[in-house]
Amino acid sequence: MSIDIDTARKVAHLARIRVPEDKLPGLAEQLSGILSFMEQLNEVDVTGVEPMTSVTPMRLKRRTDVVTDGNIQASILKNAPDAREGFFAVPKVVE
Amino acid sequence: MSTLNTLTIAAARDALRKREITSVELTEACLTAVEGAGALNAFVHHTPEIARAQAKAADERLQGREDAPALCGIPLGIKDLFCTKGVPSQAASNILRGFRPEYESTVTQNLWDAGAVMLGKLNMDEFAMGSSNETSCYGNVVNPWRRSNDPTPLTPGGSSGGSASAVAADLCLGATGTDTGGSIRQPAAFTGIVGIKPTYGRVSRWGVVAFASSLDQAGPMTKTVRDGAIMLTTMASHDAKDSTSADLPVPDFEAALTGDIRGKKIGIPREYRMEGMPAEIERLWAEGSAMLRDAGAEIVDISLPHTKYALPAYYVVAPAEASSNLARYDGVRYGHRAKLGPGDGITEMYEKTRAEGFGAEVQRRIMIGTYVLSAGFYDAYYNRARKVRALIKRDFEQVFAAGIDAILTPATPSAAFGLGEMADASPVEMYLNDVFTVTVNLAGLPGIAVPTGYDAKGLPLGLQLIGRPWAEGDLLNHAYVLERAAGFVGKPAKWW
Repeated sequence: MSIDIDTARKVAHLARIRVPEDKLPGLAEQLSGILSFMEQLNEVDVTGVEPMTSVTPMRLKRRTDVVTDGNIQASILKNAPDAREGFFAVPKVVE
Repeated sequence: MSTLNTLTIAAARDALRKREITSVELTEACLTAVEGAGALNAFVHHTPEIARAQAKAADERLQGREDAPALCGIPLGIKDLFCTKGVPSQAASNILRGFRPEYESTVTQNLWDAGAVMLGKLNMDEFAMGSSNETSCYGNVVNPWRRSNDPTPLTPGGSSGGSASAVAADLCLGATGTDTGGSIRQPAAFTGIVGIKPTYGRVSRWGVVAFASSLDQAGPMTKTVRDGAIMLTTMASHDAKDSTSADLPVPDFEAALTGDIRGKKIGIPREYRMEGMPAEIERLWAEGSAMLRDAGAEIVDISLPHTKYALPAYYVVAPAEASSNLARYDGVRYGHRAKLGPGDGITEMYEKTRAEGFGAEVQRRIMIGTYVLSAGFYDAYYNRARKVRALIKRDFEQVFAAGIDAILTPATPSAAFGLGEMADASPVEMYLNDVFTVTVNLAGLPGIAVPTGYDAKGLPLGLQLIGRPWAEGDLLNHAYVLERAAGFVGKPAKWW
């Protein structure tokens, strides 16, 4: 499957990465190259094989649903590019 | 000038316990070595104040005690992928520039609890995506090894290239690495050191910046197999903060190094004999199997029929998981946020932030992952890759069920190449570096790279041993036998 420029633009948008229009052809070509490498997987007979969900056959542990931490607002906000009045600040989301 | 920095962990531990040396002396020797090795670009964040304070505390702890933990007072380097409290931890990415975690990863906490000393943070490929340490926001790491009579700067491999370079150049006694597709074992092989990727779940992933969560595993990079055993014993633990961490006792891996592998069965997988494999890799592999045979093991030809499909399966699964994991870098909670223009909303903020913050290879993998997970392609790519992954794991299970104790393969398809030499290669050509190592991550198995020889230009080459799940002790014992038989003691001639 080869990726055209429109698909490359769409994938970049889905990934929330701005790609300038003049870089799209190169990107489409690289992605196509990688995908054609993956086409080899179509040679494998996977009839009746379950997709792997966990590499180690173990049950995920359950834990008690309790609060184990808290009151660390300053810590949580410490690395924020823009924090105001105890919140993460972002550009206006709702018009 | 002190040469204490050239000690192995085992030798330093013994000398520290006998009070023949102090951790302060040992740490100063390493700090001096680090200071003088700027040309390698291995250490990217230096923490001499922390190191000196930890060394002093370790010396107090060692006072009159011969039972202090093995790593008490031992200076280590930490890959930039590990979150270390108050110390920059940015996965070699501009998107995490300035990030200082408010918490400590479980692995590093285990090390500090045992009294280890942190010299600083080590360079790597951005988000551990790369095989040559050329995708780092800090610039390339340089391999301390050079081809004979040729000053061309070589790659130390990747993604744990800073760790490999630092250990090989005696800047630290050991280092942490992480391995998603070969990122510990390939750089270890390129620099003539030992690198261990433990069984998936043996070492906690908590506080380690995530790349591909079903494949990532941290492990030690050291000068010897014994040192690797010592470090792994401390790094490994059950951790409630990582739901995939195994609730199994951690044995003393060093105690498993008996040097006796008589009667063990070593598998030689015929599918690893790749077309166009260099003759010197072929020879190295044959020599390694002869060494194990001479030690009393039985060499058995085995088949792992789905080997060929490991790389394509990996390059679906790993980017898919990466695209999900790296969605968190959005310029809101930590790291870089792009400057916004008038009228820019939140979508523009995400898109500009991620375009500025992520390097080319990371962007490419995120987009591949986004594509294979997108509606209409999920089954064709992602689910198919997960099915092939199940078959790759089954190949190994069948071999182990037939009585094989360990599998011997080359670690890499070549010796270290020159920095920039792969600049014109396609991404897929670079991915071929991982051809012998990715199967181990896909199957969740433990693997180790051991230096056993040289190429024609005098560069180190390594072999890989693959073990049964949770049987790292037995695996390390095989590696120990191989290490002793090969007698690899080479060190790069100092030019930096």
